[in-house]
Amino acid sequence: MAREPTPPQTVGPFFHGSLLREPRTRLAPDGVAGERIRIEGRVLDGEGRPVTDALVEVWQAEVAARDADRAGDDGGSGGSAGFGRSGTDGVGRYGFESVRPVRSPAPDGSSEAPHLDVLVFARGLLDRLATRIYFEDDDPVAIDPFLRAVPEERRATLIATRDEEGRYLHDLVLQGASETVFFDA
Amino acid sequence: MPEAARRGDDASFPPFLFPDYRSTRLRAPTMPLLPPPPSVRELTGPGPALAAEVDPNADLTRNAGGAGTAIGERIIVTGTVLDSSGDPIPRALIEIWQANAAGRYVHDEDGHDAPLDPNFSGIGTCVTDANGAYRFVTVRPGAYPWVNHPNAWRPAHVHLSVFGPAFSDRLVTQMYFPGDPLQELDPIFNSVPDPAARRRLVARYAHDVTEPGTALGFRFDVRLAGVAATPSEGTSDGA
Repeated sequence: MAREPTPPQTVGPFFHGSLLREPRTRLAPDGVAGERIRIEGRVLDGEGRPVTDALVEVWQAEVAARDADRAGDDGGSGGSAGFGRSGTDGVGRYGFESVRPVRSPAPDGSSEAPHLDVLVFARGLLDRLATRIYFEDDDPVAIDPFLRAVPEERRATLIATRDEEGRYLHDLVLQGASETVFFDA
Repeated sequence: MPEAARRGDDASFPPFLFPDYRSTRLRAPTMPLLPPPPSVRELTGPGPALAAEVDPNADLTRNAGGAGTAIGERIIVTGTVLDSSGDPIPRALIEIWQANAAGRYVHDEDGHDAPLDPNFSGIGTCVTDANGAYRFVTVRPGAYPWVNHPNAWRPAHVHLSVFGPAFSDRLVTQMYFPGDPLQELDPIFNSVPDPAARRRLVARYAHDVTEPGTALGFRFDVRLAGVAATPSEGTSDGA
């Protein structure tokens, strides 16, 4: 454990000018190969009401690695590919565009199913919340030992579903019976 | 009632549910946090790439786009960003935001009846140097009222958002000022369980940082919890 870490405090309601000063909802530069996808959803409170002042950060580490690998041929973006930040709008909605994630190796030699790592910040959240978004059509439970270790009745809170228009939908529920699985990271 | 969910140790990390801070009541998760996927402990985050592409913008007294300078008591806020072992982190990205000297934010949702300052945006960015040091010039923010409870006032504070190299380094916090009587009345400050940990949120006045005739100096070091916040329980990564 870190000796004497600096404690976290809430992001509060006034972060937009600083943390959202430039748009960052496209995770994959044009040169990154893959099926283009859109992921969106709402942040909801314990009464199912939209959280309209949340901040969602996502990190698709394998896109950053693939973008950096392009440096040899067409230059790569040289930047923060794979990172996204979205506020939530008047109905609590966040959204990102990227390429479809690919499997990544796990430290124990197994595979992790394609996913995004996610942090949620908001007024009323005294610390950030860490979670993941997996994708239903990858059959992630079959691939991913971590997901199988999550109690079965809560796994769906980590898995985005695909609608008829091809968008991935994923609500982040902060509290209640359908509370999203968050982890200690 | 189940033990409130929290990250990390029970001295430094606030519980998500802290009823005195009203907005936590419907936003705090109530189920325990699960152990993280093993790869998260080793995951490099976006911080280094973000730090490399940012334009540092660390003088808030003159970064609002006009020719004038911000009104208020000029201050220097400086310190070192450290990892969980206490080693400095070079190239850490710090983003800050704060109220102006009158206690008002440049934000549509800030309804406080206090004047805006056309020469103060309250927004800055900085990247730590090779020694892990950062430095902002700004004005001392004012206290401001909020609706949490009758006659509630936030103590003066600066919001900081920090990216270290690891995904789990990510920290958003608030820096407070020494000697502010509003701190002990503030549920956000008091959500940190241990008094010694709360003191780590308070900057120190540093006369060696004060610039003669120009600005008062404050020191505020930031220690990221990083991967070591989660006990390794004998796994091979040794974190």
